[in-house]
Amino acid sequence: MKSFGKNFVSWIGSVVVFSMLMCISSTAWSEELLVYTALEDDEIPGYLELFKKEHAGIDIKIVRDSTGIITAKLLAEKDNPRADVVWGTAATSLMLCNQAGMVQPYAPKGLEKVRPKMRDKAATPAWVGIKAWMTGFCVNTIELESLGLPMPADYEDLTNPAFADQLAMPNPASSGTGFLTVSAILQSMGEEKGWDYLDRLHKNIARYTHSGSKPCKLAGAGEVPVGISFAYRGFMQKKKGEPVITVFPKSGSGWDVEANCLIKKDTIKSSAKLFLDWAISESIMKEYGKVYPVTAYDSGQPVPDGFPANPEEQLVENDFDWAAKNRVRILAEWSKRYDVKSDPK
Amino acid sequence: MSQLAIEAPLERLPLSQTIDKELWIRRLLIGLVCLWMLVVVILPIFQLLSKSLMDNAGNFVGFANYVHYFKTPALSNSIGNSLFVSILTTLIAVGLGFLYAYALTRTTIPGKAFFKGLAMMPLFAPTLLNGISLVYLFGRKGLFTTGFFGTIPGFDIHLYGPVGIIISEVLFAFPQAVLILSIALNMTDARLYEASDSLGASKIKTFFTVTIPGIKYGLISAVFVCFILAFTDFGAPKVVGGNFNILSTDIYKQVIGQQNFVMGAVVSVVLLIPTVIAFIVDRIVQRKQVAIIAAKSVPLIPKPERLKDTLFLTYCAFIALLIVGFYSTSLFASLVKVWPYKLNLGFWHYNFSDMGGGGYAAFFNSIRMAFYSAAFGTVITFSAAYLIEKSRQMRVLREISYFLSILPLALPGLVIGLSYIFFFNAKGWSIAGMFIPNPLGFLYATMGILVMSNIVHFYSVSFLTATTALKQLDKEFEIVSESMGVPFYKTFVCVTVPVCMPAILEIAMYYFVNSMATVSAVIFLYSANLPLASVAVANMDDAGDIAPACAMSILIVLANLLARMLFGLATKGVKNEPRPGW
Amino acid sequence: MTQHGEISDYLSVHQLTKKFGKFTALDDISFSTKLGEFLCVLGPSGCGKTTVLRAIAGLEKPTSGTIVVEGRDVTQLPVSRRNVGIVFQSYALFPNLTAEDNIAYGLKQRSKKAKGVEGRVTELLETVGLSGMGNKYPAQLSGGQQQRVALARAMAISPHLLLLDEPLSALDAKVRIRLRSEIRQLQKRLGVTTIMVTHDQEEALTMADRILIIDRGKLVQMGTPGEVYDKPATPFVASFIGSMNFITKVRKMEDGIFGVGEHRLKISNGRGARRVQNGEPVMIGVRPEDVMIQADGGDGINTLNTLVSAIEYRGSLFRLSLNLPISGNDYTTIDADVPSEKVRRLGLQENMHLPIHLPVDRIRVYAA
Repeated sequence: MKSFGKNFVSWIGSVVVFSMLMCISSTAWSEELLVYTALEDDEIPGYLELFKKEHAGIDIKIVRDSTGIITAKLLAEKDNPRADVVWGTAATSLMLCNQAGMVQPYAPKGLEKVRPKMRDKAATPAWVGIKAWMTGFCVNTIELESLGLPMPADYEDLTNPAFADQLAMPNPASSGTGFLTVSAILQSMGEEKGWDYLDRLHKNIARYTHSGSKPCKLAGAGEVPVGISFAYRGFMQKKKGEPVITVFPKSGSGWDVEANCLIKKDTIKSSAKLFLDWAISESIMKEYGKVYPVTAYDSGQPVPDGFPANPEEQLVENDFDWAAKNRVRILAEWSKRYDVKSDPK
Repeated sequence: MSQLAIEAPLERLPLSQTIDKELWIRRLLIGLVCLWMLVVVILPIFQLLSKSLMDNAGNFVGFANYVHYFKTPALSNSIGNSLFVSILTTLIAVGLGFLYAYALTRTTIPGKAFFKGLAMMPLFAPTLLNGISLVYLFGRKGLFTTGFFGTIPGFDIHLYGPVGIIISEVLFAFPQAVLILSIALNMTDARLYEASDSLGASKIKTFFTVTIPGIKYGLISAVFVCFILAFTDFGAPKVVGGNFNILSTDIYKQVIGQQNFVMGAVVSVVLLIPTVIAFIVDRIVQRKQVAIIAAKSVPLIPKPERLKDTLFLTYCAFIALLIVGFYSTSLFASLVKVWPYKLNLGFWHYNFSDMGGGGYAAFFNSIRMAFYSAAFGTVITFSAAYLIEKSRQMRVLREISYFLSILPLALPGLVIGLSYIFFFNAKGWSIAGMFIPNPLGFLYATMGILVMSNIVHFYSVSFLTATTALKQLDKEFEIVSESMGVPFYKTFVCVTVPVCMPAILEIAMYYFVNSMATVSAVIFLYSANLPLASVAVANMDDAGDIAPACAMSILIVLANLLARMLFGLATKGVKNEPRPGW
Repeated sequence: MTQHGEISDYLSVHQLTKKFGKFTALDDISFSTKLGEFLCVLGPSGCGKTTVLRAIAGLEKPTSGTIVVEGRDVTQLPVSRRNVGIVFQSYALFPNLTAEDNIAYGLKQRSKKAKGVEGRVTELLETVGLSGMGNKYPAQLSGGQQQRVALARAMAISPHLLLLDEPLSALDAKVRIRLRSEIRQLQKRLGVTTIMVTHDQEEALTMADRILIIDRGKLVQMGTPGEVYDKPATPFVASFIGSMNFITKVRKMEDGIFGVGEHRLKISNGRGARRVQNGEPVMIGVRPEDVMIQADGGDGINTLNTLVSAIEYRGSLFRLSLNLPISGNDYTTIDADVPSEKVRRLGLQENMHLPIHLPVDRIRVYAA
């Protein structure tokens, strides 16, 4: 007679033990530097290569997500922070984190070169910018033509009734791009006129999207002829062969700074500070400058193709403090006005 | 002769004291089952409830958040929207599902196995894919909207909003409705139809007086299951919801979009109420049913009827065509270079390297997660079901465990995910002035918490499958082994597990497939060093990268179909062993 | 009845009571058995007989009372420490193990020596008449064969007690009858003390050394098959085992003489009758097969005139329904079993007048 069961027991046993080991090994705590970032997916690999070249010994783990999600994650982990460093995430979001007491002010090497507009005003700043990103309209030329619509040149053009149901725009509550656009409109037009403008714009919006890049991608796929998005996105999609061009509104683009900060933790790793120093160093600034015209300090790169000749002039006056202070109020007002009309016309 | 040997028996009773130990092991294990359910279900939900009663700074504010919620129409309107789409979905899905199940059980149409298998197709896909396919079919540039790129006149169904949500949810709920109703229709007693026939009742009268009452409980169950599925799903509305807000997307928006965890908790509780009510009503109804079908019935064997069979065959073929067309469209779209401008085919979108979401790392993480969920989930679920079903001690504790085991049926994935963030990332709790550090905090942002959330999310159905299988075993197995002094765990391994192997494999496959496809619970729990395929689909769709999102969904479906095929082979293997009769 | 607690008793159950909530399943049951005895616990379904077995097996903790095996109090021991072999109605054979593996299941736990186990399994298979069938799976065996495997498995551990819970009721009639005697012979040969629960009186009568009759949780009678059949202690026992005619409205006239209407019956039967006061109402019972037809002769005592109201053919015999006038229009019905041969010989027909005789020593008297 065979010894029934015995083989089976040992088989089950080894499967269980093996699976447990796999589990443990995959969850094992590691010493690497944990970096949260909202930089675009297609930017990061190039930058990191540079970092590895300069700091071969440091292991970096990148957590990349959209601005809203990164901010939510940071705030969710407030009592028990996981990230060591935040890299390339909207300054207004970092201000929120600072308000929540999560940020350890730190002055990285080379801070003196950074434009005053693009860093926290405190002597030891909570956040330091690396580059600016700005509003741009992504226009699908094929769709625009087939629908017989005029090429928009400025904000006001988008309220043309001909564009009814033809626009996509990011929801400012979840998207950094959405917020900087709304904030720029309110700042440059004044609140009263600004809300009036947004009311009129709302009539033409087909969808408010969750992320800032989606309106541009929707335009690229022809789901809408025009998407209010940010400049970089349109250029990248054009490269892929989508029939989109980027239009910079004449009266100026809303913008925000992509910035870095150090997270307050019981033990701050020295590699964290090293990373922050690197993130505004000249070599990386040159990389940023390849695709972004406005960087923390002049990178010496020529303005990338498709951007206005003097990109800095394209940026509207932006008071980050005002924006951060009024963020909750603006979003509440926005939700009240536009979220409630939840029917998709 | 041989009798002599038996009359001079082996030495008797070499029984040690270990047997009493065995009783204690059993008690300990049942206690552990209770503790497990407490930790993975009750405490996190409690944490969620208490969170909804606090402000963002963590001060107790009573029902202030709820008052705020109901005073903000932007939020509370979603309740009506959610009810609207789920009720409509339920009606359509149960209606279509009934006809389909009727065709599968009460007619003599050919290809029943094929039709049944095809109807289960949506179970293998993340619901996000339903939305994505709809975009390719009915979006602005969809096949139907553009009339197959201008070959025929197109039409616009105004996809984004309730229309899109309802279509996706009907597709999502349809297989469940078919499954439940097929079982109900199969159980009806043929003698009732003979009686009705002999009394000269018309077909229509028979349908309303025999068929419908006969499947009453199945129908009620199908209604509740479809309602809960549609009410709590998050994937499809996220893609095609447009500006039509419903509760599940609100939770996501509040938490991820606006970092308002408190409001997220409030919406979760609002979402939880109807599902819990549906769950309780369903439980009460099912309990009644047990008494009714105790008697033996004669199975109904359908007779061929030409007109009826032709009609139903046409119907099934139509539904099958829709399902095939639906998923082929997404397969096609994932291979197109730039929809709708450059229709050359290739694998561009299957290269996720410059995409968000994590690409192939995410895909393999998902497979790993699904594998662990299947392995651990099956072991835990089956063992727990065994202890609860086959023990004779600790009746009260076993009944509590049973209730806790079917409770997750009422918990939407988003609620599980959010409550797990609150519970597992809490630093600790102050109870009566004493601070208790969280002993489970280490699980946060690990594979462990993902696997755990999946196990809980899909626990109830697996548990019921295991319980049903165990109930079919002779209840005297345990007693017989005990009387021979064989410890229960040996019998469990040598008899119970091998005999229940088909059910065990089914549970494992159920865990695997669902863990691959689910997005709702894990979207709050995944960490960036552990990206997941289904979350990548959501994130890529968020970013507007719909084609790669579609491609990733296709990969998930393929992995699941592969798992299903392996399951088929394994079951066949088990059944082919020389042990007929079960 | 046997006295409890004698040294020679192998198993003794003392004042066993089991309550499930408010429901009393067993009420103060006491009995004992000798080594090697075959005891049947008989009763209608739901009477508590299975609970008796489960209590002895250790599957139910009694509410009160003690169970002693070989002088050792086992009341508190779990089933695993009582060394009992159990055979269930469903056989409960492990479907994924062969007949051999099923039989060896308990042995392997006890003996490390595979050789010994193997030899013993072969012997057991031979004993139950299944030599060479050891490598078959339960599903490949017939019901009767499965039951033998279950029996061999229970015997394999050389149990103190063999407990059989309705072991034959799932089998068809022919197999059941054959297995009855096989089990009985096997049990005698192995000398294992056996308790069998059954609701089938025929099974109990043919197999048991003694029968224990339980009704609604109470022990109503215990005795050899002959005792319980011939001298049923209560009307319940009488009608549960075999059938019995009951005649009510009977009065005791004096010792040994009872009145039924204007008839006078002489009854020699014992104790029950003696306790009744003269003039008190009683009930008498007589089995159909004890009703004699006057044509057989008889001494004129206990002769009654009846009218044949119905004749039912039952193969080897006929059952006659006889109307016995008691007083005026009042009559009672008495069934009589008469061999077919005699019915034909006497040409018995419906509506015939038929004198019958009730033998003085075959009438039982019960309190009314």
